[in-house]
Amino acid sequence: MHKLLSSKWTKAVLFLLCLGPLAAIIWPFARGYTVPNPLEFIQHGTGDWTLRFLVITLTITPLRQILHLPELIRFRRMLGLFAFFYACLHFTTYLLFDKVFDVHEIWKDVYKRPFITVGFLAFTLLVPLAITSTAGWIRRLGGRRWRMLHRAIYVSAVCGVIHYYWLVKSAVIRPIFYGVLVGLLLAWRAGDWFLRRRRTALANAAPRQSPINASQ
Amino acid sequence: MLLRKSTDLTYADVTPKSVYLHRRKFLRDMGLAGLAGFAGERLLDLAIPSRSVYAGSKLTTIKGPFSTDEKINTYNEVTHYNNFYEFGVDKDQPAKNAQKFVTSPWSVSVGGEVKTSRKFSMDEILKLAPLEERIYRHRCVEGWSIVVPWIGFPLSTLAKLVEPTPKARFVSFESYYDPRQMPLGREAGIALPYVEGLRLDEAMNPLTLLCVGMYGETLPNQDGAPVRLVVPWKYGFKSIKSLVKIRFEKNQPPTTWNLYSSQEYGFYSNVNPEVDHPRWSQARERRLPEWFKTHKTLMFNGYGDQVANLYTGMDLRKNY
Repeated sequence: MHKLLSSKWTKAVLFLLCLGPLAAIIWPFARGYTVPNPLEFIQHGTGDWTLRFLVITLTITPLRQILHLPELIRFRRMLGLFAFFYACLHFTTYLLFDKVFDVHEIWKDVYKRPFITVGFLAFTLLVPLAITSTAGWIRRLGGRRWRMLHRAIYVSAVCGVIHYYWLVKSAVIRPIFYGVLVGLLLAWRAGDWFLRRRRTALANAAPRQSPINASQ
Repeated sequence: MLLRKSTDLTYADVTPKSVYLHRRKFLRDMGLAGLAGFAGERLLDLAIPSRSVYAGSKLTTIKGPFSTDEKINTYNEVTHYNNFYEFGVDKDQPAKNAQKFVTSPWSVSVGGEVKTSRKFSMDEILKLAPLEERIYRHRCVEGWSIVVPWIGFPLSTLAKLVEPTPKARFVSFESYYDPRQMPLGREAGIALPYVEGLRLDEAMNPLTLLCVGMYGETLPNQDGAPVRLVVPWKYGFKSIKSLVKIRFEKNQPPTTWNLYSSQEYGFYSNVNPEVDHPRWSQARERRLPEWFKTHKTLMFNGYGDQVANLYTGMDLRKNY
């Protein structure tokens, strides 16, 4: 398992898999099938996959610890960037086709319609994360500040769920499903943070019998 | 009253049903693709509108009044992009999930404030009046629209048979609901069975159609078989599908979307470009399958000549 996860081929295959949803969205157009509402089809497809990739990205850290598979970290940046990729497509279809780049209309929407406001925020928060996803930026910011910054993905995911919840007409079961997933993933982090803090506190309070453990 | 002349469009002009034949080609292609194709098919199934064929029976019709000469949507579009929450909330779900829906035997009970309550079998309904073809614009509250050649006769024809009493001021309608046949109805988020209502004068307006078919055939299941309502000057959700109950009422009846969210969906729900839905503008619409919202939405969906007088003196911002 560890070997498989470390293979460069695994990453290549995963990359292609992540392009699958894009292929599925393009497919009916390429085949010339009638898509009655093409814009809605693309918007829903790209929106769904943005949220899914955000959830998948947030799953990496808990999975690494629970399954003792630290190699999973190799895929986190790519998955996060795919979330951003689908978010860009989602946002672009909104700009291009629904509003035809009418800036005035867009501002009116962002201001007037809460579901657009919160979706806009979710997208905007991902931009700095995508820019600073390179090794160079991690170095420049330093690991601690970089990690702080990248916690913005929690806010973005929550905003994404709210965006979805506010936009559906009545079938709230799906946004709630994503809400529960994001909630669990964030709760796990909160729990992990709390446990770690207590462990550190205990270690600091304890006499220096086991310096190796305490230094963790 | 202004009667618009209907045009001489035939189905040869409008509905290339051969579109369906592509599905065979699609399946053959998938077969050739083999195992990889099979894996891919599951994924693609998420994306591709279903292309199942509906075997409707032909109906003999006469040309009815009020038809538009705008370009009719294809049968494929009208049967694969449906809001029918009992069969799933995605637009392509009803086409897949309504295929096994049992619509025979079927009857519609008509009662309430009437002299003679009656139950009409589907056979009786089909023979109540000459079947008219009427090409109407259909505007969804979501901001898209289609043009459909419906088949039916005025609801007033049926109403006159049961003789509403002077107490009747409204009419309520109820859809069929069977959770066993419509398991996805539980996830719809709206209360079912679906209920709708009209004021009596709206129900008796000659535009209001008791609809039994479209495109020269009986209604496909996903479009509200075997009998539905079509109220073309109101948002699409007022045109209730798969009707089983009609009641003449003293008081304004509850309506499904209004119950779900009263500030978003009013009892009247007349198409009105000046009154926005709280979450989106209603000024323009996307005429399927277009990409852009090139069509300006018309007051009463363009049927003002027939219905504007029903609302004289009413504040349509308040009575949305």
